[in-house]
Amino acid sequence: MTLEDKVFAAFQETFDLAEDFDRTLLVYRDYPEWDSIGHMTLVAALETNFDAMLEANDILAMSSFTKAVEIMSRYDEN
Amino acid sequence: MTKIDLSGRVAVVTGASRGIGFAIARRLLAAGATVIVNSRRIDADVVAELLAVAPDRVHLEPGDIADPDGARQLVRAVFSRHKRLDILVNNAGIMRAAVIGMISDDDLRATLDLNLASPIHLIQAAARLMARTGGSIVNVASVVGLEGASGQLAYAASKAGVGGMTRAAAKELAPKGVRVNAVAPGYIETDMTENLGEAVRAQSLESIGLGRAGLPDDVADAVLFLSSDMARYITGQVLRVDGGMVI
Repeated sequence: MTLEDKVFAAFQETFDLAEDFDRTLLVYRDYPEWDSIGHMTLVAALETNFDAMLEANDILAMSSFTKAVEIMSRYDEN
Repeated sequence: MTKIDLSGRVAVVTGASRGIGFAIARRLLAAGATVIVNSRRIDADVVAELLAVAPDRVHLEPGDIADPDGARQLVRAVFSRHKRLDILVNNAGIMRAAVIGMISDDDLRATLDLNLASPIHLIQAAARLMARTGGSIVNVASVVGLEGASGQLAYAASKAGVGGMTRAAAKELAPKGVRVNAVAPGYIETDMTENLGEAVRAQSLESIGLGRAGLPDDVADAVLFLSSDMARYITGQVLRVDGGMVI
């Protein structure tokens, strides 16, 4: 599984997305379910999938799927 | 009597090197929990006494949680070692008594940083870890935060904030299975109250319905209860542990 797929899996779990969902639409507060509550659920899913604890600054900076992949690359041990 | 069993649970106790925090750490250890002991300084005799209770379940994480990075580092250390956190006891606190006109900026900042901001930072970091398994957060407030006391404006304000924090966090974290409660000790025999002097002690004892000062273990038992499944349907509460004290 690539890093991007691993991050998308967390988005899928959080927002119940189909496999072929357009990932460019995943932008914080633009995508309807990605509000502050959804954000914390997403962070929990990422932390579980990556077996990591995110830094507060990274949580605040995670504003899109692309940004999430960039951030999670620092936590990916595989 | 039902015995409280915390076997397999991981707990963090801040300010655990003496007084109420030390009593809480000892109680949680005796109930079977693995306890991460945090304090700025942890003396060798404290370590020895805790290790005597459970040598394989005591982990020391000294550090200054008044520094936000220090608070986050504490939770990261728990995550690295244990991958879970079931119980967080926000006990660390200071009291610098002073009449209103004599409160220095440094004392005010130090009081708010440790008593109020540090539990918020710890709850922030711990909540995500606790949400995986559910858990219990117990904040140590004070009857002074509920009632106020002359010469303790900054301390009272910080501890009143702990009450508000407890109720707010309880509402937000309930859907995640994380309970948040507080204990509000009255006059408890510790180094902190010893510094208040004999006159305050005598006056305090007169105001306690049960006729004696509290002991750290009186508070630790209440924290043990709130930490355990015995309190599984209790959240958002501030429990007075004051022997019927009237301020």
